[in-house]
Amino acid sequence: MSAKVRTIICTILGIIFAVYTLSPFYLVIVNAAKVSADIVTSPISLPKNWGQMLTNLNGVINNQNFSYWSSFANSLFITVVSLILLAVTSGMAAWVLCRNKTKWSNVIFMLFVSSMVIPFQVVMLPLVSTFRDVGNFVGIQMMQSYKGIIFAYLGFGGAMSVFILHGFVKGIPYELEEAAWIDGCSPEGTFFRIIFPLLKPVEVTVLILNGLWIWNDYLLPSLMLGLNGKIKTLPVAVTSFVGSYVKQWDLILGAAFLAMIPIVILFLFAQKQIMAGMVEGAIK
Amino acid sequence: MGKVSPAKKTFSLAAIAAGLVLSVIALVMDFTGSTNSMRGTMLIAGVVILLVGLYELPTEKHRMIINIIFLLPLVFSFAVTVLLPFAAGIFYSMTDWNGVSLTKFVGLSNYINMFKSGEYLYSFVVTFLFTVINMILVNLVAFALALLCTSKLKGRDFFRAAFFLPNLIGGIVLGYVWQFVFNKVLPEFIMDGASMLSDPNLAFVAILIVSCWQYAGYIMMIYITGLQTVPKEVIEASSVDGANAWVTLTKIRIPMIMNTFTVCIFLTLVNSFKQFDLNFALTAGAPARIMGDNIYQATEFLALNIYNTAIGRNQYAAGQAKAVVFFVILAVVSLTQVTISKKKEVEL
Repeated sequence: MSAKVRTIICTILGIIFAVYTLSPFYLVIVNAAKVSADIVTSPISLPKNWGQMLTNLNGVINNQNFSYWSSFANSLFITVVSLILLAVTSGMAAWVLCRNKTKWSNVIFMLFVSSMVIPFQVVMLPLVSTFRDVGNFVGIQMMQSYKGIIFAYLGFGGAMSVFILHGFVKGIPYELEEAAWIDGCSPEGTFFRIIFPLLKPVEVTVLILNGLWIWNDYLLPSLMLGLNGKIKTLPVAVTSFVGSYVKQWDLILGAAFLAMIPIVILFLFAQKQIMAGMVEGAIK
Repeated sequence: MGKVSPAKKTFSLAAIAAGLVLSVIALVMDFTGSTNSMRGTMLIAGVVILLVGLYELPTEKHRMIINIIFLLPLVFSFAVTVLLPFAAGIFYSMTDWNGVSLTKFVGLSNYINMFKSGEYLYSFVVTFLFTVINMILVNLVAFALALLCTSKLKGRDFFRAAFFLPNLIGGIVLGYVWQFVFNKVLPEFIMDGASMLSDPNLAFVAILIVSCWQYAGYIMMIYITGLQTVPKEVIEASSVDGANAWVTLTKIRIPMIMNTFTVCIFLTLVNSFKQFDLNFALTAGAPARIMGDNIYQATEFLALNIYNTAIGRNQYAAGQAKAVVFFVILAVVSLTQVTISKKKEVEL
């Protein structure tokens, strides 16, 4: 078999798989642009009139179960704030745990690492009651509030982030810090001026892994914010929308389309980084 | 250490004192059952002022104070969101907890009842089957795709991105999209208009299809990274020696990336076992399966079973006991992985 024939066969196989992989996305797009009746009669054909999509999406965006713009803004706010806090605090923690070789820092690091085995299911029920009780006790509203859920993401995302960053900090020569120290730089200055900028490539991995998880997470927001609470994230809004419009596929697919769009656009711009980041996170 | 200005010292001591006073007042209000809405803000402000004071304090122990301040946010949130609920959860699983309060300690009876209930055992078996089949399927497809994407084909980057894409969208949204595919699109072509999701066996297959579709692209990328570590010279040398593609693959490339296989196998094992979002959105456990006199939820995996027990049926203690068993299984799997990787490192 000549090399040329092999290339052609491989390309054809690739196209078949790609068509299969992308077909659900095609179905979402074409059916989000049809009226209900057309979806039933011909679910795979192209829509007769693409203008229908605007009508469908408009209906979905303004629907009060979905309220797209506010859910989108909530998801974005929660994800971005959690990510900023995670990036900074886990960088600080990883640095201290790595450079400060005492029994305590070992214990804390081992706790972080072993906690990565804990599945969300085993903490979710007591988490809700703890947050409710502690919140009531000290008078800080944790349930159905931004600060509560961001705090929870900090706690859940911290272990893995510290683990990844810790490995990287180890590789930074200690002489750098000593030099800064001799020049009269304070420890916090050493971290923020020297170590933190060096962490950038790994921080990208941390941001991607945590970002995708927080953006797509359903269980935690559904438990902490409620399915019909004031604050809804996108996955929660989609579920609550589907629950109230069972089988109205023109609307449901419109909602799915709107929920997918932000991350697909992000992927188009940062493909390489996202794919590399997720692989690195898995290998470590 | 340079000269310490007295003003700085006074300021930091004053801040420490003010922070302490504020937090203590807030805590006293908490313990005396006050409902003053300012007490939460007071507590947070008190702690922050106290930390600022400590930060400004001119002392030889500045490094230690910085260490504590740097660790505090993450360790505190970790303790409150993971450690405390984890410990509480193990305790609750041995009581008659109803999500709000508990009246008595019941020992292991939640665990005993759980293993006596057919519905749980059924879910256990289904989850086990799903985990194993899905692991094999995802790895086979992913490895095949990785070979495809590292071979000489045009538009490699496009194919990689296309296969990877489903993995970026959350299981919830994808679950609803595939529900549409199985209920509205596929019946047009196969099964005389019936939906796969209404048959207990085919619904299980449906989850496998979607799970593999979503996950294979991600695992593929890990295999690609592994395959790229195989030096080109080795492969060229083998082809010079007359090895065909199949021999190169089975005798050289696969043995050289055994570590990648370990990573991928355990990653898919753990993630298949924890499957929730897809299960929840695609089938929600339906349809019913009749076995003898019992009716079970045909596709209710363990994670969904825990959720339904606690939140659907309000049996919090029973759900928590199931969750603890869920954790133990995952812990055993992870320990096995660590042992295997350690052994490999020694061999290398």
